[in-house]
Amino acid sequence: MALTKEQIAQRIARELRDGYYVNLGIGIPTLVANYIPGGMNVVLQSENGLLGMGPFPFDGEEDPDLINAGKQTITTVPGSAFFDSALSFGMIRAGKVDLTVLGAMEVSERGDIANWKIPGKMVKGMGGAMDLVASARNIIVAMMHTNPKGESKLLPECSLPLTGVHCVKKIVSDLAVLAVTDEGFKLLERAPGVSVEEIKSKTAGKLVVEGGIPAMEF
Amino acid sequence: MNKIVANADDAIKDISDGAVLMLGGFGLCGIPENCITALVKKGIKNLTCISNNAGVDDFGIGLMLQQKQVKKMISSYVGENAEFERQLLSGELEVELIPQGTLATRCMAAGFGMPAIFTPAGVGTEVAKGKEIRNFNGKDYLLEYAFNADFAIVKAWKGDTHGNLIYKETARNFNPLMAMGGRITIAEVEELVPAGKLDPNNIHTPGIYVHRIFQGINYQKRIEQKTVRPKN
Repeated sequence: MALTKEQIAQRIARELRDGYYVNLGIGIPTLVANYIPGGMNVVLQSENGLLGMGPFPFDGEEDPDLINAGKQTITTVPGSAFFDSALSFGMIRAGKVDLTVLGAMEVSERGDIANWKIPGKMVKGMGGAMDLVASARNIIVAMMHTNPKGESKLLPECSLPLTGVHCVKKIVSDLAVLAVTDEGFKLLERAPGVSVEEIKSKTAGKLVVEGGIPAMEF
Repeated sequence: MNKIVANADDAIKDISDGAVLMLGGFGLCGIPENCITALVKKGIKNLTCISNNAGVDDFGIGLMLQQKQVKKMISSYVGENAEFERQLLSGELEVELIPQGTLATRCMAAGFGMPAIFTPAGVGTEVAKGKEIRNFNGKDYLLEYAFNADFAIVKAWKGDTHGNLIYKETARNFNPLMAMGGRITIAEVEELVPAGKLDPNNIHTPGIYVHRIFQGINYQKRIEQKTVRPKN
């Protein structure tokens, strides 16, 4: 069985370490916040100017001056800090954020990422994605392995306009966990009940399979 | 020193057709509502607006788009807005999309007296087209220029008669950077107090950057994505 979006988030949460500062993108990455292991101290950065993002507010307690980068109402946790957008991207550019999780339309076997523009469709903009991918020390991509037509999104070369080059370190898809290496996508884990053969057939870029590939456990 | 103006109409009275404006805010959070209303009322046209976003159909910069006052948007993320999309596709509106950190830092550079910055954001992408690339310590960076805006229009939580400003929560966002970066900076505040009433330790924007200030009225503070969890 392919992973659900929740399970992708749950698997990514296992990459968190105590003391990490983490930036979570919109979509599946946002769900990672629900699976931070109990007792682990992880500080969430929101690039519109907050360290220490908390859960959504209770109904009736929302504050229009307090939003995340997806423009959703949020809360803060004790020990949080506000700052302006230049400082926010300053800490990102300086590599202070330990982990960035974001979605992608395509990833290449060299770690290039495309997630902001589809030619011919309305272009909304890159927001902070280009800044994040250009500077983050560790980038994990949360994505579906194939598009709705069943075509691989893990490619030899991205076909869509790029967001950044040589930056993705790891991918957690609905089918597998893969590391981006000099040799291509290295298969690390597979979704429970999903065969290596299926992953091979749905990965257009170079796939490296060494030894037995363990199934993820949930 | 007299930076106080009566209201938004007074504050923007010398902004004319073709001006380059910086407008603070992230989404609808921390936008200069009063000045936008005044700009719509004044009806000036051919504006270039530097702003992270372009508002929604019936609020924020969207109100200026409805009146076809904007010639060009310089933003990182746009299009929560049907009229925006229509004008873009019909060629009435020009849009320059730039990475959010680059946008923020180009505002900051203007306020720091620095003509340009180097950033890795956009290297290897279409954003890098035609731009100078320099390699520092084995990594490529793009040369990006400081903005040159005629007016910066910002919104703060509290301000004093000397123009010192304090922002609230994430409504800070681009406001202090644009406040620094405009040739003339106009600040609207929720609460205007006499100089000396704000703790100097807590000032985010020193008044030297602010030329005009007024107490705003009737703030709507619309929420773009109300997201809550149930109480139980």
